[in-house]
Order: sequence, then structure tokens, then C-alpha cells
Amino acid sequence: MTLIDTGAGASTPPNRPEAVTPVIELREVGRTFPGPPPVEALKPSNLRIDPGEYVSIVGPSGSGKSTLLHLLGLLDRPTAGEFLLDGIDTGSLGDNARAGLRGSRIGFVFQSFHLLQHRTVRENVELAQVYNRMPRRDRRARAEAALERVGLSHRIDFTPRTLSGGERQRVAVARALVSEPSLLLADEPTGNLDTEMSAEIMDVFDALHRAGLTLAVITHDLDVSARAERRVRITDGRLRPA
Amino acid sequence: MTVDISTPAMGDAPAPVVRDRTTVQTPRLGLRDLIDEMVSGLLGRPGRLVLTALGTVLGITALVSTLGLAETAGNQIVSRFDELAETRVVVAPSDTGFGGQSGTSSIPWNAEERLTRLNGVAAAGTKSDVDVSGALSKSVPIVDPLGINEHQIGVIATSGGLLDAVRGQMATGRFFDAGHDERRDPVVVLGPAAAQRLNIFQVDIQPAIFIGEQAFVVIGIIDDVAREPDLLNAIVMPNGTAREFYGLSAPAEVHIDADVGATQLVAGQAAEVLAPDDVESLRVQASSGYTAVRADVEGDVNALFFVLGGVSLLVGGLGIANVTLVSVLERTPEIGLRRALGAARRHIAGQFLLESTVTGLLGGIIGASVGVLLIVAVSAVREWTPVLDGWLPFAAVGLGALIGLIAGTYPALRAAQTEPITALRSG
Repeated sequence: MTLIDTGAGASTPPNRPEAVTPVIELREVGRTFPGPPPVEALKPSNLRIDPGEYVSIVGPSGSGKSTLLHLLGLLDRPTAGEFLLDGIDTGSLGDNARAGLRGSRIGFVFQSFHLLQHRTVRENVELAQVYNRMPRRDRRARAEAALERVGLSHRIDFTPRTLSGGERQRVAVARALVSEPSLLLADEPTGNLDTEMSAEIMDVFDALHRAGLTLAVITHDLDVSARAERRVRITDGRLRPA
Repeated sequence: MTVDISTPAMGDAPAPVVRDRTTVQTPRLGLRDLIDEMVSGLLGRPGRLVLTALGTVLGITALVSTLGLAETAGNQIVSRFDELAETRVVVAPSDTGFGGQSGTSSIPWNAEERLTRLNGVAAAGTKSDVDVSGALSKSVPIVDPLGINEHQIGVIATSGGLLDAVRGQMATGRFFDAGHDERRDPVVVLGPAAAQRLNIFQVDIQPAIFIGEQAFVVIGIIDDVAREPDLLNAIVMPNGTAREFYGLSAPAEVHIDADVGATQLVAGQAAEVLAPDDVESLRVQASSGYTAVRADVEGDVNALFFVLGGVSLLVGGLGIANVTLVSVLERTPEIGLRRALGAARRHIAGQFLLESTVTGLLGGIIGASVGVLLIVAVSAVREWTPVLDGWLPFAAVGLGALIGLIAGTYPALRAAQTEPITALRSG
């Protein structure tokens, strides 16, 4: 397991991996959907992602990728094991606290972007700060800074309809970045993009990784997963290093 | 392409988020943010907002305009009644019923003279039922065994001014005056119904009628009266005549036609003028009866229109509920996104509830305005005075908001139940 120490993990002393609080720690986590017949979508698995890591999770469809995404994104609860996010045991948290964690520590990037069509690019990015106690006066500057990081400063007042697919996905990335999450969780981020636009997004991810962000990218695209520094494969509900 | 990304804390970028790594912050949605989200949600689809609000607009318009028009129309009817009712004053002994023959009445025989001296009295006259001991009346002194020409007709004694006091007109002939009264002349005036029963249609030939065996000359026939319709079916004779032939002891009641606006003044003074030594013995009744009519008319009209307005409002509310529900289903991906961005279920419910409430509120404001305009327009065309309770438009606006709130409850709960997983995949 590789540890890249960066600015984002600055509170952790370097070169002492055992002292680092992992961003993600799955301990024998499993998810079974009640039957009949019960489906064991994720068999008890372990996964550790340290601050600053860039991990890709690959697998064919039906392998349990989505289940894992929902568990990592606090959108679903495991039926077995423990899930620690930033060292916090999420199993003991109520819906409300899980929503708070989701809003402040996880930045989502979806296959279909999920931008609000009626709002400008900046408003879409600002939306991510509405629910997590960000003072109103700071939001605009933060949204603009996040858009600058993905190279979209020139598109701030456009609506998503007028943007290319790649640009839309970069807006979604900016929205995920704006509350400075512990983890950027991307679900098939290039699934709706052509090769050129995919490359654009992957360049953004690389740059974010260099800047110290922790990334987990779930994909079935081997080209995309090849860009990550570590790959995890999921097949038939089992996680293992690739 | 190349993307150049600096570290977040560099340059003049905003300060990084300082976060205690072990505490969990619950999500929060400020009021201004909630309002902003509501406004964006509504204005993002202006066409839909208009269509959604339209049902409430129609309902509130119907309610406000019907209630207002009912009130306006009711007041027109009432104002016709009022002139008659508001100028009527009746004085009677407090220990006997109206119209009853009284042995203890303290009303003096010259009541008419005393009252007409008062300011504000247009006309006054006494009126008493006369006890003729069951004597039958007939117009010819012949006993005809084949035909019934004898009738039981009530006899009423009045002073000369009563006809004016009840706003009556003569069909033919004349009403008796103070002279007949003083001389105790055997003259009578007939009500139109009594005249018909006695077969008397003209008075220039000085026809006579008999009450029992006593003959009286008919000097006039009444056409109509605005008050005291029992005069229409009676033989009316002067007070003096009734005292002479039937021993009438005192007037039973006094009728006063007051000038408009002087009713209360006259009512306050009448008893003292008539019985200065014993004011308590008289009962003064001013403007009666018609208030109940007014309430009845208004009540009937309002009940009908209220049902109409209520039905249209129900339809409006169902419209909001329907469109909001469709909107919730359509915006499922947005709900999922908001949940992923940290919104709690209550934030989602709150936003949709506020959106539907504001939709209802807008519908209420527009509906109340259109309703008031309609009332004014109809009143202008009909040359009515528009009448509207001041609270009605505001209550209507509140009602619109309430309907939006109620209509939005179920869709908002549905929205809050949306699972982010399904929502995000459906996009």
C-alpha cells in the first residue's frame, strides 16, 4: 500500500503510515439484500484508503460495484462489519449525522453529472455548500476557486445546457471539490463521455491527485482505472487488489 | 488539454475548511438558503408555476368575488327595505300586546297632535281595534234569505293622520280628518278588501254600510298601505265615532312615520310626550322586523356562493397537489443530488412544502386581486355600491397559502422518502 503524503494530510506526521487515520476503512464489511432469495451483493471485505491515495475500483457490471459505491458514499448501510470514514464509525450514526458527513466529507461525481439545468455553473457549485454550514458570504469565492481548479473560470455564468459533456463533468468535479471533502468519490465519471472528454476528466483527476486529494474512482473502463496509482478489483461481490 | 491545478490553500483562494476530523456536523439549511432554493425551484420552471397556481387563482377569485358580490347585492336589497323600516316608530302600552284593545292605555286621544309638534315626525296617528260585539256588516239594510250579504269585518278606529303615518294612499274618496273625529260623525273609510266584500266601489253617491243596525257613510276607499296591512281588510272609523258608538276607552297604539335619520330621536321623545307622568307605561318600538329579513337574504346568498367557491378551491388544491407530485417524481434526480450533497430528509420535505405553499400564496394574491376587480367591475356595470369586508382579501390570500401547504404535504413526504441511490441512478 502506497502512502502519498501531501498538504491535505498535513496534520499527520510523514513516514509513519501506522499513525495515519485512513480516509476509508472497511472491516469485514458486507451487504446482503433481503430475499427471497437473499442476495449477498458484497461479501465481507476489507479496504483501506489512506489520505492522498488515488484508488480505482474496477469490475464488470453486476459485480457489486454499485453496492460498494453506495456503502462508501454513505448512501446505504452495510449489513455486516464496520465502516470508518476519517476514523469515525459510521455504523452508530443516525440518518441526520450521515447526511452531514456526506455533505462535508464526500464529494460525489456521477456518470450523468446531475447538474441543475436551470442554474448557472456557479450556482450549481454553490449548491454543494448550502447544506453544510458554509457562511453565505464565502460561497461565491469558494465556488469560483473550485471552478478555477478545474479550468472553468470562463464558464462561470453559463448554464449547463450550453456546455460540452466534458465541461459539465468538470462542473460536477468542481461541485464535489468546493466543500473540500476528505474523499472524492466518482461513479463511472467517464461513462457518458467520448475518449477526448474522458481524457480531459482524467487529467483533472491526475492534477487533483498531485495536489493531495484522496480519490476513489469506480469504473469498468480499464483505461480509466490504469490512471490510478492503485487498483482494486471487485468480482462476484469480492474485493481484491488487482 | 492540460489542466493546471494549484493546491487549494495557495494564493488568494479562500481559506481552507478547518474541520475537526473526529466530530460529525449535522447538516443545516438556513432560512435564506431555504428561500433561495424555493425561489430557484419555482422560477426555474415559470410556465409550470403559472399553471400550478392557476387552479388556486380561479378558486380564490371565485370565492372572493362571490362573497363580495353577495354582500354587495345583499346591501342593495337591504337599502330598499331600510327606508321603510328605519323610519317606523310604534308606541304601545307596555302591558298590552300591539293592536290589542286596552282598558289601561295611557295614550291620550290627542296623541297625534302632540307628536306632530315633534321635530322629525313626518306623520303620526293612533290605531285601535274596535270591539263591535260580533256585529255583522252589510251594505244594504235588506235581509235576503237567498244571499249572504252580511260579513264579519274588523273595525279599526284611527286618528286622521294615520293614513300618512302608514304611508297609505286612497283609491277613491278621502280619509276622515280631525273634524269628523271631533263631531263624532258616523263616517267610515274602507280597506280595499273590505270594500270588495261589501260591494262598494265608488263613494260619490255616498253609499252607506251597516254595522249591526247602525248606519255609516262611506267617504273613501283605501288603495294600499306600506305598513299595517290589516287596514286593508277593515272598516276604519274616526276615534270619536268609535267612542260614541262603541265606547272605545283609549287608543291602543300610535304609529309614527319619522323623517329619515330622525327615528332614534323621535323614539327617545315619544313616550315622554305621550305620557310625561308615567313614561314607563309605554313601550316604544323603532325599526323592527326587517333586520331579520336582511340577515336571511344575506345568509342564503352567502351559503350558496360559499359552496361554489369552496368547490373551486378544492379543485385548485387538488391541482397543486397533482402538479407538485408530478414535479417531485420529475425532480427525483435533483432530490437524490441534494441528499448526496448532505441534505437531510427534512430539508427536502421543507423545500417542496415551501414551494407548494408559496405557489398557493401567489395564487391567493392574484385570485384575491382579480376577485376584488371583478366586484368593482360588476358593481360599476350594475351601478351598485361595491361592499367588501376588509379582512376578506387578506383571509383569501391566507387561505391560498394554507391550501398550498395542505396540497404539498403528501408530495413533500414522498420527496423526503426518496432514496438517493435510486434517484442518482435514474438520471
